[in-house]
Amino acid sequence: MGATAALGAARSALAQRMIQVAVKSKYFGTTQVLGEIDLTIERGETVAVIGPSGVGKSTLLRIVAGIDTSFDGKVSHPQSLAMVFQEPNLLPWRSALDNLLIAHPKLGTDRAAQMLDRVGLAEKADAFPGQLSLGQQRRLSLARAFACAPDLLIMDEPFVSLDPDLAGRMLDLTETLIAEHRPATLFVTHSRPEAERLANRVLTLQGTPAQLGPGRNE
Amino acid sequence: MNSPRLIPFLSISGFFALWSFAAALSADPEILPAPWLLITPLVREMASGELLYHLSATLWRVVWAFVLAMTLGAALGMVMGRSERVNRWLDPWLVIFLNLPALVLIVLCYLWIGLTETAAILAVTLNKIPNVATTLREGARALDPNLDAFAKVYRLSWSARMRHVVLPQLAPFIAAAARSGVAVIWKIVLVVEFLGRSSGVGFQIHLYFQLFDVTMVLVYSLSFIVVMLAVEWVLLQPWERRVRRWRNA
Repeated sequence: MGATAALGAARSALAQRMIQVAVKSKYFGTTQVLGEIDLTIERGETVAVIGPSGVGKSTLLRIVAGIDTSFDGKVSHPQSLAMVFQEPNLLPWRSALDNLLIAHPKLGTDRAAQMLDRVGLAEKADAFPGQLSLGQQRRLSLARAFACAPDLLIMDEPFVSLDPDLAGRMLDLTETLIAEHRPATLFVTHSRPEAERLANRVLTLQGTPAQLGPGRNE
Repeated sequence: MNSPRLIPFLSISGFFALWSFAAALSADPEILPAPWLLITPLVREMASGELLYHLSATLWRVVWAFVLAMTLGAALGMVMGRSERVNRWLDPWLVIFLNLPALVLIVLCYLWIGLTETAAILAVTLNKIPNVATTLREGARALDPNLDAFAKVYRLSWSARMRHVVLPQLAPFIAAAARSGVAVIWKIVLVVEFLGRSSGVGFQIHLYFQLFDVTMVLVYSLSFIVVMLAVEWVLLQPWERRVRRWRNA
């Protein structure tokens, strides 16, 4: 009976794992950027990766997101994933509402409008991204990511180049949305306070080639 | 004096004034008739249906060659712009065809295929494809990799990716290729008609060239210029304004 319970617990733990990253190496030309990286993130868990500039944090995210496929290793994650990029990466020739509907064709106009309202952009549904401030564009990018209630959320320095006040409000909004949707979240930041506020686990990517280690305060 | 409508009107008026002055200087309507001397033959040709018949024959060839050249040239340019390997293979071909005189392709098509409609349209299309491909190759090279990443992460379908991500980025390049395409294609169509067709503005110009009738050469040439200006103002410019709407918002 004890063995059965242990097996059930192990199966349950396995099902909870949303992302399993097992990178052996990643090269740019002849330069090895990433070394061996093993990372598991469970449902509802938020993992922050910090580290010096140029160490390979964004490269790691691009590998996990499936954008960069030229690496040695394996990544498994759920189908439903969304990403908040370092730049908002919106379609400048489509309205705010269309930016959500194009990314999520099954969303429906009403749900998309609700999502815009959720991030304070209800009045801007017909505006083109170029008519929005940087803060509004980043909120639209957040709305696009959360609109599909993703199982896996990836964020690449989502608050960079915002003034402290705006970054603080964005952080509040992101924290609320993560709490509501509870995706497995992997995000990269330069800011330890940001990382510690949002994440359950903070990891440091460092070295040449870069490898993951515990955050320095752990 | 900065009115967007007044300035083009004054500019065109200046052109006709200069033409009238040159006609007065030559003092020989058989060499250079004044603009108003074209009105009577123009009305006569319109009334007989000859003008409409030849204009529509030329326009039909222009449309066919334009659609084929834009479609094939754009596809080729996009593939070459996205794949450096394909580009390395096809770039020498592009250079050869870019430098091949239009007349050579026209004559070869007529020799190989015969004096047929297919040969005429093929000759014009082959002349224009390299220009379209070159322009669209630059467009494909300038595609934003960040938007590619967005399309990949959010798993956009091929059609959605083309419609919402790729084509809007290529729109300025497509517009440039279309504008220069229309201008070049109709001129080549005239040469094709001049050499080997029995209808069209080029054929009529050939006929009146042999009769040394400058007035009729000008009637047919200017009529088709008006048609092409109408295409520019009615189709191309409104389309361009529409796809650039977001830039001016």
